[in-house]
Amino acid sequence: MASTTPAPAVATARDAELFLSVEDLKVHFPTEDGLVKSVDGLSFELRRGEILGIVGESGSGKSVTAQAILGLHKGSRARISGHIWLDGRDLVPLSDEEMRGVRGSEIAMIFQDPLSSLHPFYTIGDQIAEAYRVHNKVSAREARARTIEMLEKVGIPNAPGRVDDYPHQFSGGMRQRAMIAMALICQPKLLIADEPTTALDVTVQAQILELIKDLRDELNSAVILITHDLGVVAETCDHVVVMYGGQCVEKGSVDDVFELPEMPYTWGLLGSMPRMDRVRQERLTPIPGQPPSLINVPTGCVFNTRCRFSDHVEGRRCFTEHPQLLPTAPGHEVRCHIEPEERRRLFELEIKPKL
Amino acid sequence: MTTTSAAPGAATPPAGAPLLEVRDVRKHFPGRSAGLFGRRGNPVKAVDGVSFALHQGETLGLVGESGCGKSTTGRVIAKLIEPTSGSIRFQGKEIADLSTGQMRPLRREVQMIFQDPYSSLNPRHTIGTIVGSPFRIQGAHPEGGIKKAVQGLMERVGLNPEHYNRYPHEFSGGQRQRIGIARALALRPQLIVCDEPVSALDVSVQAQVVNLLEDLQNEFGLAYVFIAHDLSVVRHISDRVAVMYLGKIMEITDRDTLYEAPMHPYTHALLSAVPIPDPTVEARRERILLTGDLPSPSNPPSGCVFHTRCPKYRDQLSDGERERCRTEEPVLEDKRPGQSVYCHFAEVRSDIIDGEAPAPRSTGIREVIRKTAAGAPGTGIE
Amino acid sequence: MIRFILVRFAGMILVVFIVSVLTFGIFQLAPLLSHTSPVYYYTGKVPYPPGSPQLQALIHRFGFDQPIPVQYWQFLTGIFGKTITDGTSAPVQCPFPCFGYSFRQNDLVSTLIGNAWPVTLSLCIGAAILWLVGGVLVGTFSGLKPGSFVDRAGMTGALAAVSLPIFFTGPVLLLLFVYTLGWLPGTGYVPLTTDPLGWFESMLLPWVSLAFIFAALYARLTRSNMIETMGEDYIRTARAKGLDRRTIVVKHGLRAALTPIVTIFGIDFGTLIGSTVITESVFNLRGLGYLSIQSVRQQDLPVILGVTIVAAVALVIANFIVDVLYAVIDPRVTV
Repeated sequence: MASTTPAPAVATARDAELFLSVEDLKVHFPTEDGLVKSVDGLSFELRRGEILGIVGESGSGKSVTAQAILGLHKGSRARISGHIWLDGRDLVPLSDEEMRGVRGSEIAMIFQDPLSSLHPFYTIGDQIAEAYRVHNKVSAREARARTIEMLEKVGIPNAPGRVDDYPHQFSGGMRQRAMIAMALICQPKLLIADEPTTALDVTVQAQILELIKDLRDELNSAVILITHDLGVVAETCDHVVVMYGGQCVEKGSVDDVFELPEMPYTWGLLGSMPRMDRVRQERLTPIPGQPPSLINVPTGCVFNTRCRFSDHVEGRRCFTEHPQLLPTAPGHEVRCHIEPEERRRLFELEIKPKL
Repeated sequence: MTTTSAAPGAATPPAGAPLLEVRDVRKHFPGRSAGLFGRRGNPVKAVDGVSFALHQGETLGLVGESGCGKSTTGRVIAKLIEPTSGSIRFQGKEIADLSTGQMRPLRREVQMIFQDPYSSLNPRHTIGTIVGSPFRIQGAHPEGGIKKAVQGLMERVGLNPEHYNRYPHEFSGGQRQRIGIARALALRPQLIVCDEPVSALDVSVQAQVVNLLEDLQNEFGLAYVFIAHDLSVVRHISDRVAVMYLGKIMEITDRDTLYEAPMHPYTHALLSAVPIPDPTVEARRERILLTGDLPSPSNPPSGCVFHTRCPKYRDQLSDGERERCRTEEPVLEDKRPGQSVYCHFAEVRSDIIDGEAPAPRSTGIREVIRKTAAGAPGTGIE
Repeated sequence: MIRFILVRFAGMILVVFIVSVLTFGIFQLAPLLSHTSPVYYYTGKVPYPPGSPQLQALIHRFGFDQPIPVQYWQFLTGIFGKTITDGTSAPVQCPFPCFGYSFRQNDLVSTLIGNAWPVTLSLCIGAAILWLVGGVLVGTFSGLKPGSFVDRAGMTGALAAVSLPIFFTGPVLLLLFVYTLGWLPGTGYVPLTTDPLGWFESMLLPWVSLAFIFAALYARLTRSNMIETMGEDYIRTARAKGLDRRTIVVKHGLRAALTPIVTIFGIDFGTLIGSTVITESVFNLRGLGYLSIQSVRQQDLPVILGVTIVAAVALVIANFIVDVLYAVIDPRVTV
């Protein structure tokens, strides 16, 4: 797996190399029950041509992050703070109308369920052409030609014959290809794929991931791939952000994080999924308990209610002091109070043998 | 498909008669009728000649893409729908053509768990009512009363018995699946058909439920038919695995053989598509991509139903061999002891998961299988 | 598509047939329950005592002594035209669609209905346009911002409108605009063909009062559909494309939100044709509703039968149009 050496984490947003830089992003939703802190202080960087994986379980804030980057929360009651630098421009203060010019042309997104994400009453071709014509002053005929070209590029056989089909006439894989064609028709610099293969069969998933990688190479776009499947990350991504309770708990290059994960939550994720490539374990090692409420986030470490290793920290710091996301190796950051040497020792001795 | 003499894929059948024996079961749904007086369209062959056997305490995994007929097979076994033809013997008794009334005493022996724990639980009933409903329906009077029995069950599946009077929406996804399991367990069944029981759950919770299912199996000697599309979970939980495509079994064998020495090109493609959470392994693996869409089950291809998407047919076979695939339908038969494969040109490949043929490890039965597998890499058994 | 239409059409014929059997059955049953001969209801005149030879002759003349299936067959074929005579006055030619002769009103039933239906149709179509436009507009704006001031005002208004019956709103409107302000002429129907402006003026208040209730229902329906639709994934996709808000709401939102309304509208409209009694009474419009209530009062069975069948046909046609329309709007409906 190709992997570029990540730049130091303290790189500024205006660094020419950086293409997307999210700084201390917070997305809070006021509700009757209290303030839901869906994303709470998230930072990451992305360069062109890179694929960044954001992993986490439901409620970890990964989808909310994606929608915040696209500005889909604008106009709602969500409170958003921090910075989202895209090519040197901060997207957070933009109005919904200003953001409209960015959506689809500079940032595009594909979603989990391609059937419900396509309008049932319009043809595939109409919906893709519409995305092109919003941002390009072209005739209907030109848009249609471009649409067919895109459908061919994403591997729809007999594209001219199928451009007038309705979404329900496509198979699940075809629909996701059509969504990708729609997302890429304006050649966006950033593609956000939110669980793009979760609703698909594993054979189709392989095709779609392959397609995303090919298109990344061709267009030199940056890609954010949101998933709950660590296998998909290992297969597709260059960098990974592990999210839990609205926070990043570990991030780094895919090679580093899979070779030597240091956050107990990452260990938990790896341990709870059965693996085909290892000797079959008699029992899986689930993470005990349930994810935290995002209204009453635990004081101290957000993972402390489910962590088996808090006794490896002096005193009760896991329950009193919120750990910082600190570098443990170049480009590898971990949010955990356990000393780095102790974490590595624990992983080698207790975790790795059981994976 | 013709029925093989012994249950397919059972190398050394465990002693005793099988708990469940399915022979050449078909489920064809009527095609859409065209017009008021129009002719019926072709029937949809959702399940088209499936045979297997299952012993007490054993788990059979059913895998395949959506639309392959695995869920329909599960429903036919649980007699939620009637098979079109074929034989289903449960504890030696033919149940395929039993009426609903005749099935009632057997219902307590065969239970089902569904994918979506929420939609299968009545939102207006309390957990106590839901878990206790099998007792009431069957008119059973457990010792100490229904409430005590239900609370015992709740405790056993890891729910707090004090939550007896709560409603399904007050529980998380994983807890709801535990409720479904408790309900299925109430009448001490012999067999539970699990239809995608963990697919809707987060990984960490999924592991909790998988562990629970395994514990219950050991405790009560349950047999499972475990239907799932996640091949890693199926490997973890199953003793034997059947791979289905277009209503037919492509390959059925014991778990280790299937994952370490699969023979059917479809099994190869399926296994190669599962991403593995290890970038180093991922980098060296070959991904066998299937092209095209699933053919319609109402109009399956001639000859081998898989030939239209078969990578081997496409890339490796000669014209004469292809002719055979197109015209002659293969039979699910033992290509190696205990490994039944529906393919004219079945061939062992052991590099699918690791990206390279593994070095022998020394662990009992796995060793034996590896040796058999190692003897044949790259050589056609055919 | 053509086969789909043919199948639906066949179904339509079947429904009308069943309705005709049922109404004919009532025709037979009503005299039976009151222990009289159908001829009393049929002619409306009781010139002869029961059992008299003259009555027997009359019964024979109208065929009420024949077996019921034969009578039904004659009723059915009679619709396509027949000659009616009571033996005393000159025979009357009754062309298609012939529902017989009203001896109480001394006219062909088809003529009575023919005079009445333009009134009812004017009323229904005008009201329908009003309630559709009003209801959908209020519902859309409410549904786009649930909980906002617009939404609360709209829904409070709708609640009030639903709770106001026509026999209240009608007279109040009349009192205000006709008798107090004098902006509009009095009640009664002015045919569209003779005086379009007069027609409009005469129908305006009936339209408004009839549309009121329906507009309220449609506003609530549109609102809930709109809220649901704007939460759909494809609306998120439309936003992600960078579409402007108007395109998102109108092209992607409304199109989907209004589809179920088409179905309900067809049924409502079809039902309305036979049930505008109150509005017609309040505004003194001689439409189908007025005709039917009058014939019920007079026990004028031929007219009741005629109106029933016309109302049934209207409902069935409305349903048929909805089905076809639905298949055109929603490509997922298989035809």
